[in-house]
Amino acid sequence: MEDKKLTIKDGEEIIRVEGLEKSFGKLHVLKGIDQVIRKGEVVSVIGSSGGGKSTFLRCLNLLETPEKGKIYFEGVDITDKNVDINLHRQKMGMVFQHFNVFPNLTVEGNITLAPTLLKKKTKEEAKVMAAELLKRVGLYEKKDAYPQQLSGGQKQRLAIVRALAMEPDVMLFDEPTSALDPEMVGEVLNVIKELVKTGLTTVIVTHEMGFAREISDRVLFMDGGIIVEEGTPEQVFGNPQNERTKEFLSKVLY
Amino acid sequence: MSNVVDNIVKTWTNYHHLFIQGLGVTIVLSIITVIMGSIFGFLLMLLRRSRFNIFRFRPLNFIAATYIEIIRGTPMLLQLYFFYFLLPELLPFLDLSKVTCCVVAMCVNSAAYVSEVFRSGIEAVDKGQTEAARSLGLDSRQTMIHVVLPQAIKNVLPALCNEFIMMIKDTSLASTFFVGELMSVYRTVSGILFLTIEPLIIVGIIYFIVTFVLSKFVRLLEMKLTVA
Repeated sequence: MEDKKLTIKDGEEIIRVEGLEKSFGKLHVLKGIDQVIRKGEVVSVIGSSGGGKSTFLRCLNLLETPEKGKIYFEGVDITDKNVDINLHRQKMGMVFQHFNVFPNLTVEGNITLAPTLLKKKTKEEAKVMAAELLKRVGLYEKKDAYPQQLSGGQKQRLAIVRALAMEPDVMLFDEPTSALDPEMVGEVLNVIKELVKTGLTTVIVTHEMGFAREISDRVLFMDGGIIVEEGTPEQVFGNPQNERTKEFLSKVLY
Repeated sequence: MSNVVDNIVKTWTNYHHLFIQGLGVTIVLSIITVIMGSIFGFLLMLLRRSRFNIFRFRPLNFIAATYIEIIRGTPMLLQLYFFYFLLPELLPFLDLSKVTCCVVAMCVNSAAYVSEVFRSGIEAVDKGQTEAARSLGLDSRQTMIHVVLPQAIKNVLPALCNEFIMMIKDTSLASTFFVGELMSVYRTVSGILFLTIEPLIIVGIIYFIVTFVLSKFVRLLEMKLTVA
């Protein structure tokens, strides 16, 4: 299955979503999403709460199982039951609203766990890489600390480099700053900003409109379980076409 | 009244070695029961949580749940009787001692309670932890071993110690079959001296001291774990 190692060039599609639907009980959260994410793209997903943004993102690495539709990642239909999703998840980093760092491991241990366990790196290689990553986000001094000794912003920076340690092809951010104290939002956004500059494909669900506008190549506005409007930040923020987009933006941009 | 105190003192001076021996048996029985019960209870918990299903029916799950309900819904004394009479009948060639039968019964009992302790300990670990581990590409087994279980142990350890304390008291039920633990010693000494209350008070004090000290220890452990 893994023998045909295809390389995807910048601008070619890396994720394709077709007719994606998802319900939680009687609640129809996603009502048919079609979307293509291209390599190197930075895509922001905005919209009001309950619009299906997070669910959409969580379907991309199958943390939520879609009911209908297909998701192709690097050409493979990952909704196929015979696909080993764990292999594909290794190439999709995810950052959560509530950080979800592992409290039982040190900062370094958080980073080296997956690469060593999944045989991507030896213990020594993983430690070298962890040191590099921690320096990049200014947490090297905290290498041997445990997460409970970190602030929210530090935890989230740790969560970001933990995902990066798997050298993913795509990063998924699920409201990465929503649970942070206001004074810590900046430090996390800066790390993400630096990250997208490297050309890493990124999908980010966020309520930080200024940030979305600044870093995105494309913005998706979701409402009522569908993508209502999409376009460049200039198009969506500057000249929204859809009534619901206009209404949403008028409430959040002031 | 002073008569009672005198008798207690006399009973203790003459028979303290028996009481201490009985306490030893009680503690050994409890330790064996909790260790075996924990191993068996852990396996039971795995069955209880297994997702294996045939057309949505989960047979392993069903077996474990039924087992737990039956054990928790019947008295331990009944279970002791049951195994005491059943095991030698079932396995006559093994020539099981009555202590062994009692230990088996107590393990069977303890496993049901301990499996629920494990289950709630695991379920108390935030779902986000599992999601984060899975998103990194860990499979469910790796997630369990490296992320969930190390955190669950913190939730489980104090409850396991409490189970041990419960067991120290519950082993007294095995005195029905004279297995030599503390309550059996009471019956022996009481028979020798034709005294009922005095040895009972001694035995009660011993039980109380042991469980009191242990429960203080558990409180300390709990505090340590919540700080860490």
